[in-house]
Amino acid sequence: MSSNYSRRSFLRTAGTVAAVGALPVTWVELAFAKPEDNFTFAYISDSHIQHIRGNKFVNNWDRGLIRAVAETNLISPKPDFVMFGGDLAQLGTKAELDHGAGMLSKLNGKLRCVMGEHDYYLDLGEYWSKLFGPQYYSFDHKGVHFVVLNSILTTEEWTHNRWPTAEQRMLEMAGLDNPNGSPFMVGEKQREWLAKDLSGIAKDTPIVVFSHSPIQKIFKAWNFWTDDAEQVQALLQPFSQVNVVYGHVHQIQYNQIGNLSFNSVMATAWPWPYPQTYAQAESMLPKLTIPMNRADPFFERDATGWQLIDVNTGRVSLNYNLYSNRPRTVAFDPKLGHPVDKQFQTEAALEPNQVQY
Amino acid sequence: MERHSASMLAVMAGAALPVMVALAGPLGLPPVPVPAANPMTSEKVALGSRLFNDKRFSSTGEVSCATCHDAGKAFTDSPLTTSEGINKLTGTRNAPTVVNAAYFTHQFWDGRSADLEDQSQHPFVNPVEMGLPNHEPILKIVRSDPEYVASFKQVFATEPSAITMKHVQMAIAAFERTIVAGDSPFDKYYYGGDKTAMNEAAVRGFQVFLGDGRCVSCHVIEQDQALFTDNRFHNIGAGINRIQDKIPELAPKFIEAKAKGLDVDKAVLSNPSTSELGRFAITEGLDELGAFKTPTLRNVAATAPYMHDGSLKTLRDVVVHYNNGGVTNKGERVNDFLSGGIRELNLTEQQITDLVAFMEALTSPQYAKPATVSALVAGGTP
Repeated sequence: MSSNYSRRSFLRTAGTVAAVGALPVTWVELAFAKPEDNFTFAYISDSHIQHIRGNKFVNNWDRGLIRAVAETNLISPKPDFVMFGGDLAQLGTKAELDHGAGMLSKLNGKLRCVMGEHDYYLDLGEYWSKLFGPQYYSFDHKGVHFVVLNSILTTEEWTHNRWPTAEQRMLEMAGLDNPNGSPFMVGEKQREWLAKDLSGIAKDTPIVVFSHSPIQKIFKAWNFWTDDAEQVQALLQPFSQVNVVYGHVHQIQYNQIGNLSFNSVMATAWPWPYPQTYAQAESMLPKLTIPMNRADPFFERDATGWQLIDVNTGRVSLNYNLYSNRPRTVAFDPKLGHPVDKQFQTEAALEPNQVQY
Repeated sequence: MERHSASMLAVMAGAALPVMVALAGPLGLPPVPVPAANPMTSEKVALGSRLFNDKRFSSTGEVSCATCHDAGKAFTDSPLTTSEGINKLTGTRNAPTVVNAAYFTHQFWDGRSADLEDQSQHPFVNPVEMGLPNHEPILKIVRSDPEYVASFKQVFATEPSAITMKHVQMAIAAFERTIVAGDSPFDKYYYGGDKTAMNEAAVRGFQVFLGDGRCVSCHVIEQDQALFTDNRFHNIGAGINRIQDKIPELAPKFIEAKAKGLDVDKAVLSNPSTSELGRFAITEGLDELGAFKTPTLRNVAATAPYMHDGSLKTLRDVVVHYNNGGVTNKGERVNDFLSGGIRELNLTEQQITDLVAFMEALTSPQYAKPATVSALVAGGTP
């Protein structure tokens, strides 16, 4: 990869907003009627902090979260808040959640968290909730209604009656292509809560939903999937501007279903896809049974990142900070009515994929 | 044409070569890239050499390019930690060698110049280097000194009054494109087929270089040539570790000052903290905070001390720094912005020693000790 990419600064200088030439298009201030209502928030996700033994943790995953936190703290003007999108831990242990929470505590400003399956399936979210609070909730900020869902639940039977130990339950849910796994779902109880939560909201209020898994069906064997996605979507469709932002997939995805724009965020830990020859040292990566495109195995941060999200015209624009790679922006295009990658639209702008032999 | 810089120059001196796209490099190096807009001629190279060595282009009349890029010290000012300009003023950066700079896609440790032509204009007017208020004093000299007048006329077909800094920079760059050096024991061993050219320790060290040391990922070698650089920028924990607690305050402040017209060239060389921002000061890219250019390893044994700040005294110190995962002393805190390629290596003492031996095998004959052959290199004296 060349280093000659034209870089974009994530730091805006106070009082120089007029100099938008160097800024990404999405930062042009035309959003809400009142410009002071425009705002940004940072989104860090999927750090998979992994305990080895004693006070040893997998260095690679630690470095990803440490770096994202440090970079987020440099953003100017300051984001209004920071979201963490789930899978802070790898196997949901106190040691992992504590270690991750310690790193997140270095963030300046308000932190809110989303539950991931790797945080959940050891103790069904008990310790996570002690650290970070409720597993689903909503809040309002500058005219936008935010909803956080715990979308990684599954059936009562699978959760409570199938596994002899909590550890095995956690491991089974952590596996990919695992026939013993179970599809994620938001579940009836939370859907009822959501319906009630949305009942008092005007239909033209911008809605932003945060979930760990995509509230859409992409690929079941990796749980890029929420089983009751259609039912959740139906609750959201009456609103004119809905954005669903999800983690879990460790790659950039975007989609539009009716009024719902979907955007994924990057992981700080490892990319899906990644190659088997990820590093010369033992990689600690989960086993993957389907070969994928490659990332640079030397630079451990390659194909990972985090995002600065701005909210304008009620739609989110995701500015991806990607290491060793060109920064990307995926934003809602009002003319097309769906999110687009600002740069990679025409055939000519695409870079050919590397072919694996 | 023999693959040797000195003989290459001899050939050029024998017959004027009006336009060359590339000059054959010595063993282990690719052809020297020459921009079409600045073709090489022997007269231009000789003029560039003279400019490079002219101390009148400094405010005190005591400093030339060659002061910090001394042909007798592999075109550095080894063993100085950071370079000394006028009145013994020191900057923040260790003088990078000019040798093989012709191949780099960025100049300066932070890559703030894209080519040799652009690079050569800056040290003249930097307050801690040659200290001129502007380029006018240089133009005054080259427009009036009879030898320069004649040379510029011959090389650029220009009248004295029409000589510009662009001409000066082109001539210096042309000279620098002749400062190339390969032909090291490694080149003879790897590209020349002479398996006796490197000692056993160096041969073992080469395997560490390719394997457990993870060196080759940035200090690149190819099948038929080796620049020992990826021409990229990495945060390896040098320099920036020292100021890491100041970054949250420093980085946004710098960006703000830059937007208001701060002279980046002066700022990075005069302020030790600003200097450590590295490539970020140029591109403002978060993933280049504290990142500096991968230097070539050719002739590295002749250019101590090491890193952009000259903070590591020996090649062994360098290897230990990498072995510790980006900290000079084991257990120190590494900065949050560390490049993803840097982690603890767990090299053995033997591997460390061998790796140093390998780097010592990258010295070209003209920079090998004793330095009696430095005269081989063009431009030793004006």
